[in-house]
Amino acid sequence: MSSPAPPAVDHLLRLADDELILGWRDSEWTGIAPFLEEDVAFSSIAQTEIGHARAFYELAARELGGTADELAFDRRPEEYRSSPLVELRLVHDWGRTIARHVLYELADAIRIAEVKGSPDPDVAGLGEKIEREEAYHRMHAQMWADRLAESEEGRKRLVAGLEELWPYALGLLEGEARERLTADVAERLPFFTPPEVEPVERGEHVDEWAALWEEMTMVRRSAPGGQW
Amino acid sequence: MSVAAALSPERVWERLAEIPDPEIPVISLVDLGVVRDVAVEGERVRVDFTPTFLGCPALEVMQTLMADAVRELGGEPEVVVRTDDPWTTDRITPAGRAKLREAGFAPPGPRPAIGQVQLVDIQRGPFRCPYCDSTDTRLDNIFGPTPCRSIRYCESCRQPFEQFKTV
Repeated sequence: MSSPAPPAVDHLLRLADDELILGWRDSEWTGIAPFLEEDVAFSSIAQTEIGHARAFYELAARELGGTADELAFDRRPEEYRSSPLVELRLVHDWGRTIARHVLYELADAIRIAEVKGSPDPDVAGLGEKIEREEAYHRMHAQMWADRLAESEEGRKRLVAGLEELWPYALGLLEGEARERLTADVAERLPFFTPPEVEPVERGEHVDEWAALWEEMTMVRRSAPGGQW
Repeated sequence: MSVAAALSPERVWERLAEIPDPEIPVISLVDLGVVRDVAVEGERVRVDFTPTFLGCPALEVMQTLMADAVRELGGEPEVVVRTDDPWTTDRITPAGRAKLREAGFAPPGPRPAIGQVQLVDIQRGPFRCPYCDSTDTRLDNIFGPTPCRSIRYCESCRQPFEQFKTV
């Protein structure tokens, strides 16, 4: 994995890395969410995101050789193609967590719609399948954004999170998709006006990524080639 | 009778229909609609399999169970995962739906014409309680113990129940 992957495969890796790392971050709420239903919800969402990551890694592995697990866990931290948005550690801050959740799901919907249009029937079919599962994540995110926006304190915290994370959300997408996201956010989150900002682009990693990579790959590195 | 003669696609389908879903054992893999095709060529048996929910840990177990069943019949299995034509809950057979309901597990509603379920569908839709048949039920949590399930609550018999998600 030292030489850059071809564009179509690089795209699959970007999708896979985002879903894997967001799934990992979502799972950090397991056991400590504000109440039991959200423990279950964030754990289930995490499981589904990681399932999507695996499916994307499998398609990438078809081109690159190797296995999904090797792509997920055997690369160096700087080789991951993830967006900084998903790398941020947000546990203990529910307002920022919901802000990322809703921004990610709105951006992901735009991206998955593009995947559905792929000329490769396996990629397009996967996009269709993922879109149906992600519809539930999107509903959950919207429901929580609306719920927080109902109270003054909730809205204040949510909007602070949206303002902080908006440049990161833009960095998840490229080109015209960014304009679509701006329009979708304005429509779905009427209490928030997306500011004009420089996107936080993919390619750089946030400081807390190193610690997450250590944790994610620890078991695999401790027993190379292990099967269980 | 030779092994090859015994291995008809019908025989394979029959055997696959005996395999219970690993997480919801009241329903078979065939009733669940995950077996897309069976092709037999001599001893070689190809089973086309479409995954349910991508995060479902039962997917690998299902593939192992199907391969084992083919070996029991004397065949050489090849389980092919198909992603080009994805599974939907509309593929669960009518018999499968009846078995789910009998087991206290509300079957999925039909997929909406627009293709994607909206929050309003699952909040206001006429979902029926599998215990008392009342449609006076409400959504309690979009997410449940596995990726395929939501949790609903029946206002009539005051019983929470699991609802298969529509995808």
